[in-house]
Amino acid sequence: MATKVVMEALSPTMEEGRLVKWLKNEGDAVKSGEPIAEVETDKAVMELVARADGVLRKRILGEGTAAPVGQLVGVIGTADENIDALVGGAAGGAPAATSAAKPAEQTIANANETAGASSVPRSRDQAQGEASMPPQEKAASAPPQSPGPGASAPRQDGAPSNGGRAKSSPLARRLANERGIDIGAMQGSGPGGRIVKRDVESAAAGGGQQAAARAATPVRPRSDADFEDVALTQIRKTIARRLSESIGPIPTFYLTAEIDLTKASELREAMLEMGDEYKVSFNDIILKATATALAQHPEVNAHWLGDKIRYHNRVHLGMAVATDDGLIVPVIFDADQKRMSEISAEAKSLAKKARERKLKPEEYTGSTFSVSNLGMFGIDQFTAIINPPEVGILAIGAVEEKPVIVDDDIEVQKRMRLTMSCDHRVVDGAVGAKFLQTLRRMLENPLMLVY
Amino acid sequence: MPVITYRDALGQGLREEMQRDDRVFLMGEEVAVYQGAYKVSKGFLQEFGEMRVVDTPITELGFAGVGVGAAMVGLRPVIEFMTWNFALLAIDQVVNVAAKTLYMSGGQFKMPLVFRGPNGAALQLAAQHSQAWESWLAHIPGLKVVAPGTPYDAKGLIKAAVRDDNPVIVLEGEMLYNTKGEVPDEDYVIPIGKAELKREGDHCSIITHGKMVLVAMQVADTLAKDGIRVDVVDLRTVRPIDVEAIAASVRKTNRAVVLEEGWEVAGIGAQVVDYIQRECFDDLDAPVIRVHQADVPMPYAKSLEKAAKPDAAKTIAAVKKVMYID
Amino acid sequence: MTIGLAARSARRRPFLIFRITMATKKKSDNGGVATKAADNGARGDAIRGDVELRRSLLHSMLLQRRFEERCAEAYALGKIGGFCHLYIGQEAVSTGTLSILRPDDYVITTYRDHGQALARGMTPRGVMAELFGRKDGVSGGKGGSMHLFDRKTNFLGGHGIVGGHVPIATGVGFAIKYRGGDQVCICFMGESVVNTGAFHEALNMAGLWKLPVVYIIENNRYGMGTALERASAIHDIYERGAAYNMPRAQCDGQDVFEVRRSVSEAVDRARRDKVPTLLEIRTYRFMGHSMSDAVSGTYRSKAELEEHLKRDPIVLLRAAMQDDGEIDDAAMAKLDEDIKKEVQDAWDFADQSPEPPLEALWEDVLVDTTSDDLAASKADA
Repeated sequence: MATKVVMEALSPTMEEGRLVKWLKNEGDAVKSGEPIAEVETDKAVMELVARADGVLRKRILGEGTAAPVGQLVGVIGTADENIDALVGGAAGGAPAATSAAKPAEQTIANANETAGASSVPRSRDQAQGEASMPPQEKAASAPPQSPGPGASAPRQDGAPSNGGRAKSSPLARRLANERGIDIGAMQGSGPGGRIVKRDVESAAAGGGQQAAARAATPVRPRSDADFEDVALTQIRKTIARRLSESIGPIPTFYLTAEIDLTKASELREAMLEMGDEYKVSFNDIILKATATALAQHPEVNAHWLGDKIRYHNRVHLGMAVATDDGLIVPVIFDADQKRMSEISAEAKSLAKKARERKLKPEEYTGSTFSVSNLGMFGIDQFTAIINPPEVGILAIGAVEEKPVIVDDDIEVQKRMRLTMSCDHRVVDGAVGAKFLQTLRRMLENPLMLVY
Repeated sequence: MPVITYRDALGQGLREEMQRDDRVFLMGEEVAVYQGAYKVSKGFLQEFGEMRVVDTPITELGFAGVGVGAAMVGLRPVIEFMTWNFALLAIDQVVNVAAKTLYMSGGQFKMPLVFRGPNGAALQLAAQHSQAWESWLAHIPGLKVVAPGTPYDAKGLIKAAVRDDNPVIVLEGEMLYNTKGEVPDEDYVIPIGKAELKREGDHCSIITHGKMVLVAMQVADTLAKDGIRVDVVDLRTVRPIDVEAIAASVRKTNRAVVLEEGWEVAGIGAQVVDYIQRECFDDLDAPVIRVHQADVPMPYAKSLEKAAKPDAAKTIAAVKKVMYID
Repeated sequence: MTIGLAARSARRRPFLIFRITMATKKKSDNGGVATKAADNGARGDAIRGDVELRRSLLHSMLLQRRFEERCAEAYALGKIGGFCHLYIGQEAVSTGTLSILRPDDYVITTYRDHGQALARGMTPRGVMAELFGRKDGVSGGKGGSMHLFDRKTNFLGGHGIVGGHVPIATGVGFAIKYRGGDQVCICFMGESVVNTGAFHEALNMAGLWKLPVVYIIENNRYGMGTALERASAIHDIYERGAAYNMPRAQCDGQDVFEVRRSVSEAVDRARRDKVPTLLEIRTYRFMGHSMSDAVSGTYRSKAELEEHLKRDPIVLLRAAMQDDGEIDDAAMAKLDEDIKKEVQDAWDFADQSPEPPLEALWEDVLVDTTSDDLAASKADA
């Protein structure tokens, strides 16, 4: 008897899942409990397991495609049985049931019919004799030292077989909730992958959050086009929705770094010694470095488009200019491709045009990232407002001389604070931080700009 | 404080109550001339006379009914069953009359009597003489059921049972009679319905009663050597059960093993687990595990009997399992 | 109770089947046994001439009869539920026995307990309200037909398990002896009880310990549908007393004077000599075993029933009193009328009594007292 493989609710809040990768080819033998596909939920990539023994006869859902919970994604059957009826039923595409919960129940019911599993507690003997229980789960269920015939332990099934939801103890759920930790991103250490108190505690200590960040880092393809649209992943959608709800239209967070410009300053003075035509400002250096760093960090060189994120392969750097009318942001196109002298000249020209209200629309639209500099006003540090649909902006403070302890000695450095505003829907903390790390390296070692 | 046996603690408690209240009498098989099948009533006949220490024919149904009748008209009988296995013959009196008359009569006839005797398996007594009846008895509204596990509790609870104006079942243990413990000479009662934390720990709760308290204490000692600290909650009374004590312990430890002498299905442990899931759902870090007798009649052969009984090793394994220790 | 509505309404009319006032001595001559019994009983009774007492016996028996006729009606109307076992035909046993007792004596019985409750002095109102399951019932509506209890009259209950109450009577006897009292405990039971182990165990201890209990077998010949001869190895079941070294006797239960004489002897023996008695009182149940049992047809014939109806205990008593000039037709009619009014009053009272409050569900499962409340406890004695 053929068994439907349906999209299962692999997290408590999952309503649809994206099939990342099939782990089995059509025709491959599968065992009940064996992973057959990777599914990205709203939280993480999880394994979808077979609910019956047999052969994976049909892979209905394509890789990279999303399906609502309950939708038919494949068929397991014997090698030679006719599965047309089941496959044909999938032609409509939409799941038969209207609610998310119902198909999940159906999934369980199917599993029961075909694999003989049951959510009804059984006697110990029956449980041990159950053929459909995968071997590794049996091992997990065997107590370290058998409580013997007089002890009734609950059945320990593998995690995915429990209605497809990551298992966790009630206490673990409560603790995670209290501490604001996403339990869905955790790996459980209990039997069958159950998330237990110790897992939440270790996550609270840092492990779990790193795992969450890792899972959240989007895979970004490269191409020669000007840009590439990448469908929003489930996690990206969730992050976007949740953070927007919590903070506002653009869920912004800020990263500040204080940077040593001593070498940049030396460079600038060396250039000046060569003549006025070689004069560059700190701002020019920052623009050049930012553009170069953006080229290396396309994940912040992006646009939030509501239903997708647009990662730009070209760097068009916006440069905030204060005018009598207010702020305007002219654009240095392909800034990463331009030499320092070109950037310097273009910046000067654009600023002048801006103040004279002579900018053409094409000169102030299309930026992929922006920089705002209030250092000339003696501002040490500030936060700038992101220029949508961009996802980041750098706010540059004044360069000033500060005593710094270096190798137990006090030395005077030219230092500058810059603060990056990040749109959390696209840029996670670590992503922004890495970008700043690169930028700092370039500003502190200007030779990198020509490396 | 004097150290005496469980047997003598029971005798002491009963004797004090008979001295205190002349409506109290002891009736059962071999309680008088023979001095008690298990010598709980040693010396009673000499002290109280044959009207208050009454040997009966072998007729559990009959003398249980005699106790009920005497209680209905104002005496305070203590009815001894040589073992609770024999009390099955008398269960109509216990369940249909002792437990229900107050209710059926609209509160007119109370039933101040005690049914007591050894409960549970001893050694190699085979199926008909090796049974733990507490879940049967605790099932019945109108009864109170106590199961002391130590000499101190035995004295305090038998005295409370005799003084209670309701029918109280006292479950003793043949294997407990010779165990020793500190028991003060003075008059004291242990309130019925109050559990006691016999050992304090924070890793796991072992909830148990009666004879299994000794096993739980042994388990606690063994686990302590591995640095595992367990709470041992001795229910002492299995009807009404001290839910608060259970909940307080489980809320602290987040894990529980429920240990009992009887069978699995509809056992006391099942009720305890129900209370835990109701009161402590969000505190649980692992499913509760029950340790109990194998679901078979008790075999005679020593090896099989050992395999059937709940013991320290099975309990330790259960504790480690709920603690996710492999 | 599986009786259907149709079955109930089919029995609507025959409730007042017992036409007491029509009976005369001449009619009773038709049955030889009846005449003999009347001669032996009524004329030989020690209380002959005590008109007051004889009228009270008649009142007691007729009250039970009229009360239970209305019970049958109430049952058909659904006012009484569950099991309901009528006593009609056996009234001389309850009245005769309980007219001998002192108020401080004890009575315990089976589920066929309405007649004995009334004969012991429980009010028709309290009993009817209990049968109706109302707050003012003797057991607060929590016992019902089978479980009438009354502390005031030392009525220790109707008990529902055949044989189960016999050891309790032995226990009451033990308590009397324990306290050195001179009360007596009467234990009513049907003849089928003698085959239970409880009967044997209880009577053995009473015989062994010499307890002041009178065990009264109301031998109405059928344990539900099984005739005595089909259930007991011996048919003169009072002989079972021999096994317990217990005085024993047999008497006619349709003759209230005969019942009084036999019970009186047994009670005296118990009170004075602390010796139990097993008394077999032969009677007959005019109704079915319970309301769901046909009056006749399956296990007993109509002819047999009619033969026994000729020895209606109330008819016999009335005839004896009429013979002795103690009652005439007018007085009988007046008595019947008064009793019917009393029963109607009980019905109305029960009907108007409220249902027990829902809090009562949780009350009286346990008491929250201990023997430390000595004043209360001593009062039980």
